[in-house]
Amino acid sequence: MLKVRIIPTLLYKDHGLVKGIGFDSWRRVGTALPAIKVYAARQVDELIFVDIAATRENRAVDFEEIDQLADECFMPLTVGGGVRAVEDVRRLLRAGADKIAINTAAVENPELIRGAAALAGSQCVVVSIDVKRHPDGRGEVWTHAGSRPAGREAVAWAREVEARGAGEILLTSIDRDGSMGGYDLDLIRDVAGAVSIPVIASGGAGNYEHMRAAVQEGGASAVAAASIFHFTQQTPLEAKAYLRQQGIPVRL
Amino acid sequence: MSRVLVIDYGFCNLDSVCRAVQECGGDPLLTDDPGQAGSAERMILPGVGNFAEAMKVIRRRGWDRAIRREVLENGIPLLGICLGMQLLADRGTEGGDSEGLGLVPGRVIRLPKVRPDLRIPHVGWNEVAQTRSSPLFEGVPDRKDFYFVHAYHFEVAEPSDVLGVTTHGPDFASIVGRGRVVGTQFHPEKSLRYGLALLRNFLSAF
Repeated sequence: MLKVRIIPTLLYKDHGLVKGIGFDSWRRVGTALPAIKVYAARQVDELIFVDIAATRENRAVDFEEIDQLADECFMPLTVGGGVRAVEDVRRLLRAGADKIAINTAAVENPELIRGAAALAGSQCVVVSIDVKRHPDGRGEVWTHAGSRPAGREAVAWAREVEARGAGEILLTSIDRDGSMGGYDLDLIRDVAGAVSIPVIASGGAGNYEHMRAAVQEGGASAVAAASIFHFTQQTPLEAKAYLRQQGIPVRL
Repeated sequence: MSRVLVIDYGFCNLDSVCRAVQECGGDPLLTDDPGQAGSAERMILPGVGNFAEAMKVIRRRGWDRAIRREVLENGIPLLGICLGMQLLADRGTEGGDSEGLGLVPGRVIRLPKVRPDLRIPHVGWNEVAQTRSSPLFEGVPDRKDFYFVHAYHFEVAEPSDVLGVTTHGPDFASIVGRGRVVGTQFHPEKSLRYGLALLRNFLSAF
């Protein structure tokens, strides 16, 4: 039986790892290589690494940095940030990434999704969707690390990226990010119900119960989390023990 | 130290495969030159991407002849990983019907979406039930989880070529083996402890 994955998210900015609240108020939480070594030693299911400054600074991800980090990863590694062209996808895969997350460039040039899928297969292409809710509840997609509204509705965009060849969706609630108040379950349910590809829930995890809800009530195939692992004593392994008790298949 | 040729026929995460071979005590030689095929004791055919596209590149560069020669005439063990496993088949349907390497009889078809809630591609950790004994399984307990990421699967023609099965909707062959040719639908290089154990076994078995 396919297991539900618990995925620590590492956000990279100015040569270090950071974590923010609502895609803002960034705090430094350490350096990348030691963090990855710790997660590797703990045999985590998967890692997501995003260079959150790359798009805003109009540059590509640091390929050499990725190359080094990937050498420590005997588990799947998804890399995002500043991916603009099929050539970036190729270079990241070369450097050791297993999956590539595309966000802003997918919105600006949706053909990139198909191009990346044609190059590397859909399974390598993760479209990252960052969503902010309007006061009336509508979920709008935002790009450039949560700084620009894209004028697209989240569920419609999710359907479109699937049709264009995305293999997975990393769905982040900007409103919940760093809040540790729980995932946006309605958003997860709406998106997971609209597509057939796996949806990774992200933004808001503060305890293991939030993760259970994202899976059992939202229909997420995986849960990503950062603050909970950076700022509390909670661990991916304990999270799995809890989820298993609640009847969710996990890899222990 | 076992010299392991890692076949480079385009774009995929080759670095991880080479790193894992090193970690398992092997000496990886990454090459896109089929002329080097005779220089190693083992070969790995990695791969992500599209069956038809991959076979086009493999044929254009002459890897199909080199691989078949090393395996069938010189008895060199070959491990296919993910798409590399699928390419061992006679035929594939991804990207249009095309011929594979023909080393393990069968064809590659899309995973059927037998239930509305079944997510495809099949991404994540899933169990491998060992259906036959193999030196590959030394130190790898039955029903351990390995990392999968694929939308097509290998429909094996001869049941005796199936070494392990996994369930995602229906059961599918997640490990195939025929003589010294083996293939894993999952990524051993990305499957942590037991993935590396399996890879280590490939380097010492046969």
